[in-house]
Amino acid sequence: MNIIVCVKQIPDPANPYSLDPETHLLIRPEEQVLDDTDRYGVEVGLQIAAATGGSVTLVSMGPAGNMQGIRQALAMGADQAVMIDDAGLRGSAALNTAKVLAAAIREQGFDIVIAGTESTDGYTGVVPQQIAELLDVPALTFAKHVEVDGTTVIIHQQTAAGYNVVRSDLPAVISVTAGVVEPRYPTFKGIMAAKSKPVVTHTAEDLGMGDTDPGQAITSVDDATEREGGVKIEDDGEAHAHIVEKLQELKVV
Amino acid sequence: MIWVFIQGANGAVEAVGLELLTKARTLGPVTAFFLGESNDSVLAELGNYGATEVVQLTGAGDALPAAAVAAAIASEARAHDPVLILFSSTYTGRDVAGRLSVRLDRPVLANGVDVAVDGGETTVTNEIFGGTKVVRTKITAPGPALVLARPKAFAAEPAGGSVPATREVALPDAGHAGSATVTDRHTEAASGPKLEEADIVVSGGRGLGSAEKYELVESLAAKLNAATGATRAIVDAGWVPYAKQVGQTGKTVKPKIYIACGISGAMQHLVGMKDSDTIIAINKDPEAPIFDIADLGIVGDVHSVVPKLIDAL
Repeated sequence: MNIIVCVKQIPDPANPYSLDPETHLLIRPEEQVLDDTDRYGVEVGLQIAAATGGSVTLVSMGPAGNMQGIRQALAMGADQAVMIDDAGLRGSAALNTAKVLAAAIREQGFDIVIAGTESTDGYTGVVPQQIAELLDVPALTFAKHVEVDGTTVIIHQQTAAGYNVVRSDLPAVISVTAGVVEPRYPTFKGIMAAKSKPVVTHTAEDLGMGDTDPGQAITSVDDATEREGGVKIEDDGEAHAHIVEKLQELKVV
Repeated sequence: MIWVFIQGANGAVEAVGLELLTKARTLGPVTAFFLGESNDSVLAELGNYGATEVVQLTGAGDALPAAAVAAAIASEARAHDPVLILFSSTYTGRDVAGRLSVRLDRPVLANGVDVAVDGGETTVTNEIFGGTKVVRTKITAPGPALVLARPKAFAAEPAGGSVPATREVALPDAGHAGSATVTDRHTEAASGPKLEEADIVVSGGRGLGSAEKYELVESLAAKLNAATGATRAIVDAGWVPYAKQVGQTGKTVKPKIYIACGISGAMQHLVGMKDSDTIIAINKDPEAPIFDIADLGIVGDVHSVVPKLIDAL
């Protein structure tokens, strides 16, 4: 079974993000990390691969940098990676990202495509659905449980009220929420093996992408009105009384 | 012409749908594409909040609806050429908007907190970096503009509109793409008020120390008839379900009172709750960013402060 996992390298969220003042693009350092959200997708892919004797191919778009994020996912156990890095794609909106990823996935061949529900840095949350539409397959989104049985995939789809059990024939795209599985940590052996796993890089042109105009343009970036902090009290063992007082003032107790 | 995609919820209109209508009616005449069980009170409500026309999407059955709904709206859009199609960032809203953007080959702007239409040109406002920056983006592609708005971006207010004209559109067969089927539905026993609708929200973060200690959040919430929320960190750690997540990748809440227990205030969390009327925070670290926006901040250990607070209530 050909298992594709879409992953993204992002600037470490532990550091503050900033925008380039001219291009309004997110400044991306040479060293980016694997989006934490993607560790769940990689783990789901590895588990399906183990159960079906399949292989896991990572597909990613963005500035490759030193590839640390991709190596993290390879170190978890993915077999290979396809990286699309093209200066012409900087600032791509969700639709162009999906077109590029779908083209790479189509070229690779796929039975199941796995993605996180949204990236941590861009968080549009529509790319998995766009990929599904481009590949003309079902999108089983917001999965908090995934199982593959032969040529069928069954998920538990998060809903406002609880969850639905959703079944589909493969091929299909699924998007997974955090907590769907417990992602493994790379072992030393995995980290060493990742250094020699195949990574293919493509440009947009390689994939037959024509016009990459995103169809949108940032017109202004302003500081938001800051909300002012109020009173800060060091707990002396009785600070809870201040909360009670506040709640009384707000007439809720 | 402004179109909005709205779903039903238990025989009524989903709350976010009324928010969208309230905004949409300020931009032009509104057509609501309604997916769900329609009845007289649903139609009256859609009209009351500003829809002048309702298109009922019928025949979804047990299939996941997004592929067929996107196909239906795409062919309607080609025929009627709306300026803007608005969605709410719900599960199905995102599924439909994503697929529709491919069908129409148009970009979709997500996480909008405001939208303006001026001379046929649509501009969307977003908040990024935990709501510290406000970004405006103009859609330069030809229409229709596709925009996903964050829940709570607009306050729902009735306009007193009359019952709208209605017509039905049967969902087309979307082939394999539309073939995923819901085989079972589970409703999780919900205790207390809903997170998005509660007047008071009590949330917990990593400062609680362990999954068991989330009980502190639940006990405090029970005392205040509050809903319970969580940070992404403890959802990712598997302490509580994703449905409780407040923040950029979770729910947006605007309660009267938000009580943050052991939450440092990562950007990803702040964007989901910073517009609460009153914020009360309890955290050990005096430098935690949550204190920059808290009306009342207690620098202390949640394990000591919260039990005393529960006892005092």
